[in-house]
Amino acid sequence: MTQTPQNPAPNPAAGNGSDRRGWPLWEVFVRARRGLAHQHVGSLHAPDAALALQNARDIYTRRSEGVSIWVVPSSAIVASSPQEKDSFFDPALDKAYRHPTFYDIPEGVEHL
Amino acid sequence: MYGNHDTETALVPDEGDSERQAEFDALIADDQRIEPRDWMPDAYRRTLIRQVAQHAHSEIIGMQPEGNWITRAPSLRRKAILIAKVQDEGGHGLYLYSACETLGVDREDLLDRLHGGRQKYSSIFNYPALTWADVGAIGWLVDGAAIMNQVALCRCSYGPYARAMIRICKEESFHQRQGFEILHTLAHGTPAQKEMAQDAVNRFWAPALMMFGPPDDASPHSAQSMAWGIKRFSNDELRQRFVDMSVPQAEVLGLSLPDPDLRWNDERGHYDSGELDWDEFARVISGDGPCNAQRMSRRIRAHEDGAWVREAAQAYAAKQAARTLEVAAS
Ligand SMILES: [Fe+2]
Ligand SMILES: [Fe+2]
Repeated sequence: MTQTPQNPAPNPAAGNGSDRRGWPLWEVFVRARRGLAHQHVGSLHAPDAALALQNARDIYTRRSEGVSIWVVPSSAIVASSPQEKDSFFDPALDKAYRHPTFYDIPEGVEHL
Repeated sequence: MYGNHDTETALVPDEGDSERQAEFDALIADDQRIEPRDWMPDAYRRTLIRQVAQHAHSEIIGMQPEGNWITRAPSLRRKAILIAKVQDEGGHGLYLYSACETLGVDREDLLDRLHGGRQKYSSIFNYPALTWADVGAIGWLVDGAAIMNQVALCRCSYGPYARAMIRICKEESFHQRQGFEILHTLAHGTPAQKEMAQDAVNRFWAPALMMFGPPDDASPHSAQSMAWGIKRFSNDELRQRFVDMSVPQAEVLGLSLPDPDLRWNDERGHYDSGELDWDEFARVISGDGPCNAQRMSRRIRAHEDGAWVREAAQAYAAKQAARTLEVAAS
Protein backbone atom coordinates (compact mmCIF):
# COMPACT_ATOMS: atom_id res chain seq x y z
CA MET A 1 0.00 0.00 0.00
CA THR A 2 2.80 2.39 -0.81
CA GLN A 3 1.50 3.53 -4.15
CA THR A 4 0.99 7.22 -4.66
CA PRO A 5 -2.40 8.40 -5.82
CA GLN A 6 -2.59 8.02 -9.53
CA ASN A 7 -3.63 11.41 -10.62
CA PRO A 8 -0.82 13.91 -11.05
CA ALA A 9 -2.67 16.51 -13.06
CA PRO A 10 -4.46 19.41 -11.45
CA ASN A 11 -7.99 18.21 -11.24
CA PRO A 12 -11.19 20.23 -11.21
CA ALA A 13 -13.38 19.67 -8.17
CA ALA A 14 -15.05 16.31 -8.40
CA GLY A 15 -18.75 15.86 -7.90
CA ASN A 16 -19.96 18.96 -9.67
CA GLY A 17 -18.77 18.28 -13.17
CA SER A 18 -21.90 19.62 -14.83
CA ASP A 19 -20.06 22.21 -16.90
CA ARG A 20 -17.05 19.99 -17.51
CA ARG A 21 -16.63 18.04 -20.67
CA GLY A 22 -16.23 14.68 -18.99
CA TRP A 23 -17.13 13.05 -15.72
CA PRO A 24 -14.86 13.65 -12.72
CA LEU A 25 -12.10 11.23 -11.83
CA TRP A 26 -12.27 8.87 -8.82
CA GLU A 27 -9.58 6.73 -7.24
CA VAL A 28 -10.60 3.18 -6.43
CA PHE A 29 -9.49 1.16 -3.39
CA VAL A 30 -10.38 -2.51 -2.98
CA ARG A 31 -10.25 -4.77 0.07
CA ALA A 32 -9.34 -8.14 -1.42
CA ARG A 33 -10.67 -10.09 1.57
CA ARG A 34 -11.47 -9.67 5.24
CA GLY A 35 -8.41 -8.96 7.30
CA LEU A 36 -6.64 -6.96 4.58
CA ALA A 37 -6.52 -3.19 4.15
CA HIS A 38 -8.01 -1.51 1.10
CA GLN A 39 -5.48 -1.13 -1.68
CA HIS A 40 -5.38 1.36 -4.49
CA VAL A 41 -6.18 -0.37 -7.80
CA GLY A 42 -6.68 2.45 -10.30
CA SER A 43 -9.10 5.18 -11.23
CA LEU A 44 -12.27 5.73 -13.22
CA HIS A 45 -14.66 8.44 -14.33
CA ALA A 46 -18.19 8.71 -12.96
CA PRO A 47 -20.73 11.51 -12.50
CA ASP A 48 -21.40 10.73 -8.83
CA ALA A 49 -20.37 8.48 -5.96
CA ALA A 50 -23.08 5.87 -6.51
CA LEU A 51 -22.10 5.34 -10.14
CA ALA A 52 -18.43 5.47 -9.25
CA LEU A 53 -19.01 2.52 -6.91
CA GLN A 54 -20.98 0.61 -9.51
CA ASN A 55 -18.39 1.25 -12.21
CA ALA A 56 -15.62 0.25 -9.82
CA ARG A 57 -17.37 -3.06 -9.21
CA ASP A 58 -17.66 -3.70 -12.95
CA ILE A 59 -14.15 -2.59 -13.83
CA TYR A 60 -12.04 -3.80 -10.92
CA THR A 61 -13.87 -6.81 -9.40
CA ARG A 62 -15.11 -8.93 -12.30
CA ARG A 63 -13.40 -11.97 -10.76
CA SER A 64 -14.31 -11.53 -7.12
CA GLU A 65 -11.14 -9.53 -6.44
CA GLY A 66 -12.81 -7.71 -3.58
CA VAL A 67 -15.26 -7.76 -0.67
CA SER A 68 -15.34 -3.98 -0.20
CA ILE A 69 -14.68 -0.93 -2.39
CA TRP A 70 -13.86 2.69 -1.57
CA VAL A 71 -14.10 5.42 -4.17
CA VAL A 72 -12.55 8.81 -3.48
CA PRO A 73 -12.67 11.91 -5.68
CA SER A 74 -9.12 12.22 -7.01
CA SER A 75 -9.19 15.91 -6.20
CA ALA A 76 -9.68 15.08 -2.50
CA ILE A 77 -6.34 13.29 -2.19
CA VAL A 78 -3.45 15.26 -0.74
CA ALA A 79 -0.07 13.76 -1.48
CA SER A 80 3.48 14.46 -0.37
CA SER A 81 5.67 15.79 -3.11
CA PRO A 82 8.27 13.44 -4.60
CA GLN A 83 10.56 16.45 -5.07
CA GLU A 84 10.95 16.99 -1.35
CA LYS A 85 11.21 13.31 -0.56
CA ASP A 86 14.60 13.61 1.12
CA SER A 87 13.85 16.51 3.44
CA PHE A 88 10.32 15.30 4.15
CA PHE A 89 11.37 11.83 5.26
CA ASP A 90 14.69 12.96 6.72
CA PRO A 91 13.66 12.82 10.40
CA ALA A 92 13.33 9.03 10.20
CA LEU A 93 16.78 8.44 8.74
CA ASP A 94 18.98 9.00 11.79
CA LYS A 95 16.90 7.09 14.34
CA ALA A 96 18.17 3.59 13.97
CA TYR A 97 17.31 2.98 17.65
CA ARG A 98 13.67 2.69 16.54
CA HIS A 99 14.53 -0.69 15.04
CA PRO A 100 15.04 -3.80 17.19
CA THR A 101 18.23 -4.69 15.33
CA PHE A 102 19.89 -1.60 16.92
CA TYR A 103 20.29 -3.33 20.29
CA ASP A 104 23.03 -5.68 21.47
CA ILE A 105 21.57 -8.61 23.34
CA PRO A 106 23.77 -11.18 25.12
CA GLU A 107 24.06 -14.57 23.51
CA GLY A 108 21.41 -17.09 24.61
CA VAL A 109 18.65 -14.70 25.67
CA GLU A 110 15.35 -15.94 24.28
CA HIS A 111 11.88 -14.53 23.67
CA LEU A 112 13.16 -10.97 23.49
CA MET B 1 3.35 -3.43 -27.56
CA TYR B 2 0.48 -2.18 -29.63
CA GLY B 3 2.45 1.03 -29.73
CA ASN B 4 5.45 -0.48 -31.45
CA HIS B 5 4.68 1.01 -34.81
CA ASP B 6 5.85 4.51 -34.22
CA THR B 7 4.74 7.15 -36.63
CA GLU B 8 5.90 10.28 -34.89
CA THR B 9 9.17 12.06 -35.43
CA ALA B 10 12.32 11.12 -33.60
CA LEU B 11 12.52 12.16 -29.97
CA VAL B 12 14.71 15.07 -28.99
CA PRO B 13 16.67 14.93 -25.75
CA ASP B 14 15.62 17.39 -23.05
CA GLU B 15 17.65 20.45 -22.19
CA GLY B 16 18.42 21.54 -18.65
CA ASP B 17 16.93 19.96 -15.55
CA SER B 18 20.17 18.07 -15.32
CA GLU B 19 19.83 17.32 -11.62
CA ARG B 20 16.35 15.84 -11.95
CA GLN B 21 17.47 14.08 -15.09
CA ALA B 22 20.30 12.49 -13.12
CA GLU B 23 17.84 11.34 -10.47
CA PHE B 24 15.57 9.90 -13.14
CA ASP B 25 18.50 8.14 -14.81
CA ALA B 26 19.58 6.70 -11.47
CA LEU B 27 16.10 5.28 -10.84
CA ILE B 28 16.03 3.69 -14.29
CA ALA B 29 19.55 2.31 -13.88
CA ASP B 30 18.53 0.84 -10.52
CA ASP B 31 15.52 -0.85 -12.18
CA GLN B 32 13.14 1.17 -10.00
CA ARG B 33 9.71 2.30 -11.14
CA ILE B 34 8.83 5.85 -12.16
CA GLU B 35 5.60 7.03 -10.52
CA PRO B 36 3.12 9.66 -11.77
CA ARG B 37 4.30 12.59 -9.67
CA ASP B 38 8.00 11.99 -10.32
CA TRP B 39 9.84 14.27 -12.65
CA MET B 40 10.41 12.61 -16.01
CA PRO B 41 11.88 13.75 -19.33
CA ASP B 42 9.28 15.12 -21.73
CA ALA B 43 10.24 12.59 -24.35
CA TYR B 44 9.70 9.72 -21.89
CA ARG B 45 6.26 11.11 -21.04
CA ARG B 46 5.33 11.60 -24.70
CA THR B 47 6.50 8.13 -25.67
CA LEU B 48 4.46 6.57 -22.88
CA ILE B 49 1.35 8.62 -23.62
CA ARG B 50 1.48 7.49 -27.23
CA GLN B 51 2.15 3.86 -26.40
CA VAL B 52 -0.35 3.49 -23.55
CA ALA B 53 -3.04 5.36 -25.50
CA GLN B 54 -2.52 3.17 -28.58
CA HIS B 55 -2.68 0.14 -26.35
CA ALA B 56 -5.93 1.37 -24.75
CA HIS B 57 -7.45 2.13 -28.15
CA SER B 58 -6.47 -1.36 -29.34
CA GLU B 59 -8.32 -2.95 -26.44
CA ILE B 60 -11.59 -1.19 -27.14
CA ILE B 61 -11.41 -1.44 -30.94
CA GLY B 62 -10.53 -5.10 -30.41
CA MET B 63 -14.00 -5.65 -28.96
CA GLN B 64 -15.52 -5.26 -32.42
CA PRO B 65 -14.38 -8.27 -34.47
CA GLU B 66 -15.40 -10.69 -31.73
CA GLY B 67 -18.40 -8.71 -30.50
CA ASN B 68 -19.71 -9.27 -33.97
CA TRP B 69 -20.07 -13.00 -33.16
CA ILE B 70 -21.81 -12.81 -29.79
CA THR B 71 -25.29 -13.20 -31.25
CA ARG B 72 -24.14 -16.07 -33.46
CA ALA B 73 -22.11 -18.10 -30.97
CA PRO B 74 -22.90 -21.80 -31.50
CA SER B 75 -23.99 -22.54 -27.92
CA LEU B 76 -25.02 -20.77 -24.75
CA ARG B 77 -21.70 -21.79 -23.17
CA ARG B 78 -19.69 -20.24 -26.00
CA LYS B 79 -21.86 -17.16 -25.93
CA ALA B 80 -21.41 -16.56 -22.19
CA ILE B 81 -17.65 -17.03 -22.55
CA LEU B 82 -17.46 -14.64 -25.50
CA ILE B 83 -19.45 -11.96 -23.70
CA ALA B 84 -17.09 -12.24 -20.72
CA LYS B 85 -14.07 -12.04 -22.98
CA VAL B 86 -15.28 -9.00 -24.88
CA GLN B 87 -16.23 -7.33 -21.60
CA ASP B 88 -12.69 -8.01 -20.32
CA GLU B 89 -11.25 -6.24 -23.37
CA GLY B 90 -13.38 -3.20 -22.55
CA GLY B 91 -12.04 -3.40 -19.00
CA HIS B 92 -8.47 -3.58 -20.30
CA GLY B 93 -9.11 -0.40 -22.23
CA LEU B 94 -10.33 1.28 -19.06
CA TYR B 95 -7.30 0.19 -16.98
CA LEU B 96 -5.06 1.58 -19.68
CA TYR B 97 -6.90 4.87 -20.13
CA SER B 98 -6.68 5.26 -16.37
CA ALA B 99 -2.91 4.61 -16.48
CA CYS B 100 -2.51 7.01 -19.39
CA GLU B 101 -4.30 9.79 -17.53
CA THR B 102 -1.67 9.63 -14.78
CA LEU B 103 0.68 11.08 -17.39
CA GLY B 104 -1.37 14.25 -17.45
CA VAL B 105 -3.68 13.70 -20.42
CA ASP B 106 -7.44 13.84 -20.38
CA ARG B 107 -9.51 10.81 -21.34
CA GLU B 108 -11.80 12.85 -23.56
CA ASP B 109 -8.76 14.09 -25.46
CA LEU B 110 -7.51 10.56 -25.95
CA LEU B 111 -10.86 9.51 -27.41
CA ASP B 112 -10.85 12.61 -29.63
CA ARG B 113 -7.42 11.68 -30.90
CA LEU B 114 -8.58 8.15 -31.70
CA HIS B 115 -11.74 9.34 -33.41
CA GLY B 116 -9.84 11.97 -35.36
CA GLY B 117 -7.31 9.41 -36.56
CA ARG B 118 -4.46 11.16 -34.76
CA GLN B 119 -3.69 8.11 -32.63
CA LYS B 120 -3.63 4.57 -33.90
CA TYR B 121 -4.54 1.11 -32.67
CA SER B 122 -3.09 -2.29 -33.42
CA SER B 123 -3.24 -3.21 -37.11
CA ILE B 124 -4.59 -6.67 -36.29
CA PHE B 125 -8.08 -5.37 -35.54
CA ASN B 126 -8.49 -4.14 -39.10
CA TYR B 127 -8.89 -7.73 -40.25
CA PRO B 128 -12.41 -9.16 -40.34
CA ALA B 129 -13.71 -12.08 -38.27
CA LEU B 130 -15.43 -13.95 -41.10
CA THR B 131 -16.34 -17.26 -39.46
CA TRP B 132 -16.84 -18.71 -35.99
CA ALA B 133 -13.40 -20.31 -36.31
CA ASP B 134 -11.95 -16.81 -36.53
CA VAL B 135 -13.09 -16.24 -32.95
CA GLY B 136 -10.96 -19.26 -32.05
CA ALA B 137 -7.98 -18.05 -34.08
CA ILE B 138 -8.22 -14.58 -32.55
CA GLY B 139 -8.18 -16.01 -29.02
CA TRP B 140 -5.35 -18.42 -29.70
CA LEU B 141 -3.10 -16.24 -31.89
CA VAL B 142 -4.08 -12.60 -31.33
CA ASP B 143 -4.54 -12.86 -27.57
CA GLY B 144 -1.53 -15.18 -27.51
CA ALA B 145 0.67 -12.59 -29.20
CA ALA B 146 -0.78 -9.88 -26.97
CA ILE B 147 0.10 -11.92 -23.87
CA MET B 148 3.67 -12.38 -25.09
CA ASN B 149 4.00 -8.61 -25.38
CA GLN B 150 2.12 -7.80 -22.24
CA VAL B 151 4.01 -10.16 -19.96
CA ALA B 152 7.16 -8.30 -20.99
CA LEU B 153 5.44 -4.99 -20.19
CA CYS B 154 4.66 -6.08 -16.61
CA ARG B 155 8.22 -4.94 -15.86
CA CYS B 156 7.88 -1.62 -17.66
CA SER B 157 9.60 1.25 -15.85
CA TYR B 158 6.42 3.30 -15.58
CA GLY B 159 4.56 2.07 -12.49
CA PRO B 160 0.89 2.58 -13.47
CA TYR B 161 1.43 0.99 -16.89
CA ALA B 162 3.22 -2.00 -15.38
CA ARG B 163 0.47 -2.46 -12.77
CA ALA B 164 -2.25 -2.30 -15.44
CA MET B 165 -0.32 -4.95 -17.37
CA ILE B 166 -0.22 -7.27 -14.38
CA ARG B 167 -4.00 -7.07 -14.02
CA ILE B 168 -4.47 -7.58 -17.73
CA CYS B 169 -2.15 -10.58 -17.93
CA LYS B 170 -4.07 -12.31 -15.16
CA GLU B 171 -7.21 -12.01 -17.26
CA GLU B 172 -5.69 -12.81 -20.63
CA SER B 173 -4.85 -16.45 -20.17
CA PHE B 174 -8.49 -17.47 -20.26
CA HIS B 175 -8.82 -15.55 -23.53
CA GLN B 176 -6.13 -17.60 -25.19
CA ARG B 177 -7.39 -20.88 -23.78
CA GLN B 178 -10.98 -20.36 -24.89
CA GLY B 179 -9.70 -19.64 -28.42
CA PHE B 180 -7.54 -22.74 -28.41
CA GLU B 181 -10.50 -24.79 -27.21
CA ILE B 182 -12.72 -23.49 -30.01
CA LEU B 183 -10.11 -24.41 -32.62
CA HIS B 184 -9.43 -27.79 -31.03
CA THR B 185 -13.12 -28.65 -31.09
CA LEU B 186 -13.49 -27.60 -34.73
CA ALA B 187 -10.25 -29.31 -35.79
CA HIS B 188 -11.53 -32.58 -34.32
CA GLY B 189 -15.03 -32.20 -35.77
CA THR B 190 -16.32 -32.77 -39.28
CA PRO B 191 -14.01 -32.25 -42.27
CA ALA B 192 -15.84 -29.00 -43.02
CA GLN B 193 -15.27 -27.77 -39.47
CA LYS B 194 -11.61 -28.68 -39.63
CA GLU B 195 -11.30 -26.84 -42.91
CA MET B 196 -12.92 -23.79 -41.35
CA ALA B 197 -10.41 -23.89 -38.48
CA GLN B 198 -7.48 -24.23 -40.89
CA ASP B 199 -8.74 -21.34 -42.99
CA ALA B 200 -8.94 -19.10 -39.92
CA VAL B 201 -5.39 -19.96 -38.87
CA ASN B 202 -4.19 -19.37 -42.42
CA ARG B 203 -5.58 -15.84 -42.38
CA PHE B 204 -4.55 -14.84 -38.84
CA TRP B 205 -1.04 -16.32 -38.55
CA ALA B 206 0.92 -13.63 -40.39
CA PRO B 207 -1.07 -10.65 -39.08
CA ALA B 208 -0.58 -12.01 -35.53
CA LEU B 209 3.19 -12.18 -36.07
CA MET B 210 3.12 -8.57 -37.26
CA MET B 211 1.60 -7.52 -33.94
CA PHE B 212 5.12 -7.54 -32.52
CA GLY B 213 5.97 -4.58 -34.72
CA PRO B 214 8.53 -4.10 -37.49
CA PRO B 215 11.83 -6.04 -37.53
CA ASP B 216 14.43 -4.67 -35.12
CA ASP B 217 16.52 -3.05 -37.85
CA ALA B 218 13.44 -1.11 -39.02
CA SER B 219 12.22 -0.05 -35.61
CA PRO B 220 13.91 3.30 -35.00
CA HIS B 221 12.68 4.16 -31.50
CA SER B 222 13.11 0.70 -29.99
CA ALA B 223 16.60 1.41 -28.66
CA GLN B 224 15.43 4.46 -26.72
CA SER B 225 12.42 2.58 -25.31
CA MET B 226 14.75 -0.23 -24.20
CA ALA B 227 17.12 2.27 -22.56
CA TRP B 228 14.19 3.74 -20.65
CA GLY B 229 12.99 0.34 -19.51
CA ILE B 230 9.67 0.81 -21.28
CA LYS B 231 10.48 -2.13 -23.50
CA ARG B 232 12.37 -5.11 -22.14
CA PHE B 233 12.70 -7.27 -25.24
CA SER B 234 13.01 -6.43 -28.91
CA ASN B 235 10.22 -6.99 -31.44
CA ASP B 236 12.09 -9.85 -33.10
CA GLU B 237 12.91 -11.56 -29.81
CA LEU B 238 9.26 -11.63 -28.78
CA ARG B 239 8.16 -12.72 -32.23
CA GLN B 240 10.63 -15.59 -32.15
CA ARG B 241 9.37 -16.73 -28.76
CA PHE B 242 5.83 -16.65 -30.04
CA VAL B 243 6.71 -18.75 -33.10
CA ASP B 244 8.59 -21.28 -30.96
CA MET B 245 5.65 -21.55 -28.59
CA SER B 246 2.98 -21.82 -31.30
CA VAL B 247 4.44 -24.58 -33.46
CA PRO B 248 3.92 -27.40 -30.92
CA GLN B 249 0.48 -26.02 -30.06
CA ALA B 250 -0.52 -26.15 -33.74
CA GLU B 251 0.58 -29.79 -33.78
CA VAL B 252 -1.77 -30.57 -30.90
CA LEU B 253 -4.55 -28.81 -32.78
CA GLY B 254 -3.76 -30.89 -35.85
CA LEU B 255 -3.57 -27.70 -37.93
CA SER B 256 -0.72 -26.41 -40.04
CA LEU B 257 0.81 -22.95 -39.94
CA PRO B 258 0.82 -21.22 -43.34
CA ASP B 259 4.55 -20.72 -43.80
CA PRO B 260 6.54 -22.99 -46.13
CA ASP B 261 9.80 -21.71 -44.58
CA LEU B 262 8.83 -22.68 -41.06
CA ARG B 263 11.30 -25.30 -39.80
CA TRP B 264 13.39 -26.14 -36.77
CA ASN B 265 16.92 -24.79 -36.84
CA ASP B 266 19.13 -26.99 -34.70
CA GLU B 267 21.99 -24.53 -34.72
CA ARG B 268 19.95 -21.60 -33.43
CA GLY B 269 17.72 -23.71 -31.22
CA HIS B 270 14.72 -21.90 -32.69
CA TYR B 271 12.26 -22.20 -35.53
CA ASP B 272 13.12 -20.30 -38.69
CA SER B 273 10.22 -18.60 -40.37
CA GLY B 274 9.54 -16.80 -43.64
CA GLU B 275 9.55 -13.09 -44.39
CA LEU B 276 6.45 -11.17 -43.44
CA ASP B 277 4.76 -8.74 -45.80
CA TRP B 278 5.72 -5.43 -44.20
CA ASP B 279 4.20 -3.46 -47.06
CA GLU B 280 0.84 -4.91 -46.10
CA PHE B 281 1.51 -3.95 -42.48
CA ALA B 282 2.27 -0.35 -43.49
CA ARG B 283 -0.86 -0.21 -45.63
CA VAL B 284 -3.14 -1.55 -42.90
CA ILE B 285 -1.63 0.70 -40.23
CA SER B 286 -2.04 3.77 -42.37
CA GLY B 287 -5.73 3.14 -42.90
CA ASP B 288 -5.95 0.87 -45.91
CA GLY B 289 -6.81 -2.44 -44.24
CA PRO B 290 -9.97 -4.44 -44.93
CA CYS B 291 -11.92 -2.98 -41.97
CA ASN B 292 -10.33 0.32 -40.93
CA ALA B 293 -13.24 2.49 -42.04
CA GLN B 294 -15.83 0.19 -40.49
CA ARG B 295 -14.00 -0.03 -37.15
CA MET B 296 -13.69 3.74 -36.86
CA SER B 297 -17.22 4.55 -37.94
CA ARG B 298 -18.67 2.00 -35.52
CA ARG B 299 -16.50 3.32 -32.71
CA ILE B 300 -17.55 6.93 -33.34
CA ARG B 301 -21.20 5.99 -33.68
CA ALA B 302 -21.13 4.09 -30.37
CA HIS B 303 -19.58 7.11 -28.70
CA GLU B 304 -22.13 9.52 -30.15
CA ASP B 305 -25.07 7.22 -29.47
CA GLY B 306 -23.97 7.06 -25.84
CA ALA B 307 -23.87 10.83 -25.40
CA TRP B 308 -27.40 11.06 -23.98
CA VAL B 309 -26.56 8.48 -21.31
CA ARG B 310 -23.54 10.47 -20.18
CA GLU B 311 -25.53 13.69 -20.18
CA ALA B 312 -28.46 12.17 -18.29
CA ALA B 313 -26.18 10.71 -15.62
CA GLN B 314 -24.47 14.06 -15.25
CA ALA B 315 -27.78 15.94 -14.98
CA TYR B 316 -28.99 13.47 -12.37
CA ALA B 317 -25.78 13.88 -10.37
CA ALA B 318 -26.12 17.66 -10.51
CA LYS B 319 -29.75 17.49 -9.36
CA GLN B 320 -28.91 15.18 -6.44
CA ALA B 321 -26.00 17.41 -5.41
CA ALA B 322 -28.26 20.49 -5.46
CA ARG B 323 -30.83 18.66 -3.33
CA THR B 324 -28.24 17.68 -0.79
CA LEU B 325 -27.20 21.32 -0.54
CA GLU B 326 -30.84 22.41 -0.08
CA VAL B 327 -31.40 19.90 2.68
CA ALA B 328 -28.22 20.99 4.39
CA ALA B 329 -29.27 24.65 4.18
CA SER B 330 -32.80 24.16 5.54
FE1 LIG C 1 -6.93 -7.38 -23.74
FE1 LIG D 1 -7.63 -10.54 -24.53
